[in-house]
Amino acid sequence: MNINPEKHLDMYYQMVLIRRMEERAAELYQQGKIGGFLHLYIGQEAVSTGLIGARLPQDRVITAYRDHGVAVNCGLPVNAILAELLGKATGVSKGRGGSMHMADTSRNFWGGHAIVGSHLPLAAGLALGDQYANKDAVTICMFGDGATNIGYFHEALNLSKVWKLPLLWVCENNQYGMGTTVEHASAVSEIRQKAEGYGIPNERVDGMDIIAVYDASSKAIERVRSGEGPYLLEIMTYRFRGHSMGDPERYREQAEIKKWQEQDPIGIYHSYLLGKKIASSDELTGIEKRAEEDVKAAEAFAQTSPEPTPEELFMDIYVD
Amino acid sequence: MARLTMREAISQALWEEMERDSSVFILGEEVGVWGGTYAVTKGFYDHFGAGRVKDTPISESAIVGAAIGAAMTGLRPVAELMTINFAFSAMDHIVNQAAKLHYMFGGQFVLPLVIRTVSGGGRQLGATHSQTPDVVFAHFPGLKVVAPGTPEDAKGLLKAAIRSNDPIMFIEHATMYQVRGEVPEEDYSIPIGVSKIQRQGKDVTIVSYSKGLELSMKAAEELARDGVEAEVIDLRTLRPLDMGPVIESFKKTNRAVIVEEGWKSFGVGAEVSTRIYEDAFDYVDAPIKRVAQKEVPLPYNRNLEQMALPQVPDILAAVKEVLNG
Repeated sequence: MNINPEKHLDMYYQMVLIRRMEERAAELYQQGKIGGFLHLYIGQEAVSTGLIGARLPQDRVITAYRDHGVAVNCGLPVNAILAELLGKATGVSKGRGGSMHMADTSRNFWGGHAIVGSHLPLAAGLALGDQYANKDAVTICMFGDGATNIGYFHEALNLSKVWKLPLLWVCENNQYGMGTTVEHASAVSEIRQKAEGYGIPNERVDGMDIIAVYDASSKAIERVRSGEGPYLLEIMTYRFRGHSMGDPERYREQAEIKKWQEQDPIGIYHSYLLGKKIASSDELTGIEKRAEEDVKAAEAFAQTSPEPTPEELFMDIYVD
Repeated sequence: MARLTMREAISQALWEEMERDSSVFILGEEVGVWGGTYAVTKGFYDHFGAGRVKDTPISESAIVGAAIGAAMTGLRPVAELMTINFAFSAMDHIVNQAAKLHYMFGGQFVLPLVIRTVSGGGRQLGATHSQTPDVVFAHFPGLKVVAPGTPEDAKGLLKAAIRSNDPIMFIEHATMYQVRGEVPEEDYSIPIGVSKIQRQGKDVTIVSYSKGLELSMKAAEELARDGVEAEVIDLRTLRPLDMGPVIESFKKTNRAVIVEEGWKSFGVGAEVSTRIYEDAFDYVDAPIKRVAQKEVPLPYNRNLEQMALPQVPDILAAVKEVLNG
C-alpha cells in the first residue's frame, strides 16, 4: 500500500505523541493528580495509529477503556485528553468521564467504553445508522481479547452478519485480559477463529509493525465499504505496562516483557523510515522533540484549566 | 373521540410517528413478519418494509445496544423487548449505557431512544414471565420510565416518547391490551413526567399507575356506592416523578393509599408515601397504606397467582383502614 512521506511522518509523530503522553500520564497518576483507573496504551501504538490512519473522515471509531491513544489518532487534541484525565471542565467529556470515557463526535470518535464488550452492540447500531441512511461509511470497532469471551461479542457479531452491517471488528490481542492469558480464558487460541463461527472473513496481523497494520486495515476497510458485510481483524500486540496503574504483574515474567520491548513498535517504525530513506535521523529526532513539547504544553493547559463548576453536577442528565 | 383498545392506541401512535418521521424505525423479536407477539405492529412490515420494521435474533443486549448506537447517529429507534422479564438480559445496555452516555460524555451523545416493553402478571406464565419490576428501571437517573394506564395516555405518551431526545422505557401492561377508552382523533401528545387526576374526590387519595390504575378506578366506583369519594391520581411516569397533584390532593383528603402491582418492598408505594411524609407531614391524619403484590415469585396456579396479585378488595380494605385511622 502506498503511503506518502508526509503521512509516514505524521503517523510517526502520533505514535511518539501517544508514548510521551502516556508516560506523563503515569507520572501524574503517581502524583495523585489523576484519579480512578488509568490504562496505558504503551506498546500498542502501532495498532491504533495504523488502523485509524487507514480510515476516511466519515468512518466512525469506537473502542474500549484503553482509549487515550485511540483518541489521539482520531485527532482529539492532547490538551483536552490530559484535561479530561485531570478532571477539568476543558476535558473532552467536561471532566465527567475520566480516563475510560473519552469521545469527540466531531472527529468521529464514539468513545471510550468501560464495560468490557458492551460497546460492541453499540457499534452494530452505529453501523446500522449509516446503513439506514445509505451513507458510505464504515464503523471501526476495537476491543481486547478478553471481550471476545462475553456474550455481547457473540450477539453483536451474529447481528452484524445477519444484517450485513458495514462494520470492521478489530480485536487488539495484547494476550492478557487483565492478568488472565488468552490460553486460560478462550476456548480457541486464535481469536479470529471465533469470527469463523459467524461466517465473518478474518485475518491475523502483526500489531508491532505499523506497515502491516496499515495495509491490512486499508484492505479490510475498503472491503467492508464495498458492501460485503463485516470483517474481523485480530491484531497481535503487547502492552509494556500493567493492565492499569498499580498492577503488581504477578502473571508474567520480566523476561517476556523484555522480549516484547525489543520489538518496540516505535523502534521498528524508526528503523523502517530510515531504511527506506523516508526520513533522516535528524528529522525523526525533531518529530520526537515536537511531541515532547506538545505534551508539555498540553499539560500546562490541563493544569491551569478550571475545575467544573458545582452547577455542572446536574447538567446533561436529560436533553428534554 | 374514538373508542379504542390499548393495543390500537399504541399501534396508532407508532404508525403515525413512522409516517411522520422517516428516522423512526422499529426493531425487536417478532416485530415484523409475525406482527408483534402482542399484535401491536400487525401490518407494519407490509406497509413500512423490512428496512424500518426490523426483526432481530433473540439477542436482547444486541437489540438495546444497537438501538442505542443507531440513536447516537440521529435515528429514532423504537426497540421492543417482548417482555420486561427479558429486559434483564439487556440490563447493562439499559442502565450502564442508555442511562449514562449523555451525561458521562459531557452531553455529546444524544439518545432519542424508546424501549417498548410489556410488564405484569396474571396470565399464568409462571415466575419468570410475570414480573412487574417497573420501579427497578425508575431507579436510574438518565432514564425516563413511562407506564400508561389508559388508551388515551398510551397513545399521547408514546408519541411524546418517540419525539423526545432522551432514552425512555415505555412499559405496557400484559393484561390491558383489550382495555377500551376514549382517544382523541386529532394528532396529540401528552407531556412526559406529568401526573393526572383520573377521578376527582375529597375523602381519600388513591395513587397508582398502569394496571393499578384500572383496579383503583374500580375500587373508587365501589367506594362511591358507600358514599366515599376517592380521588384517583395516575402517576403515568415513574421517572421523573410528578408529585404535585399527589401532594395537592393529600392536603385536601389527608389520607392516602398507594396501589401498585409490583412488590411492596422498595416500591412505588415506599417512594410516594415517603415523599408525602416529607412534604405534607402536617396534613397526615392516618398512616398511609400500601397495596402491592405479595412477596413471592408468582406461581403458575391460577388461584395462587390471583392471591399474590393486588385486587380491588385489597384496595377497599386499605381505604377503610385509612378512613378509620
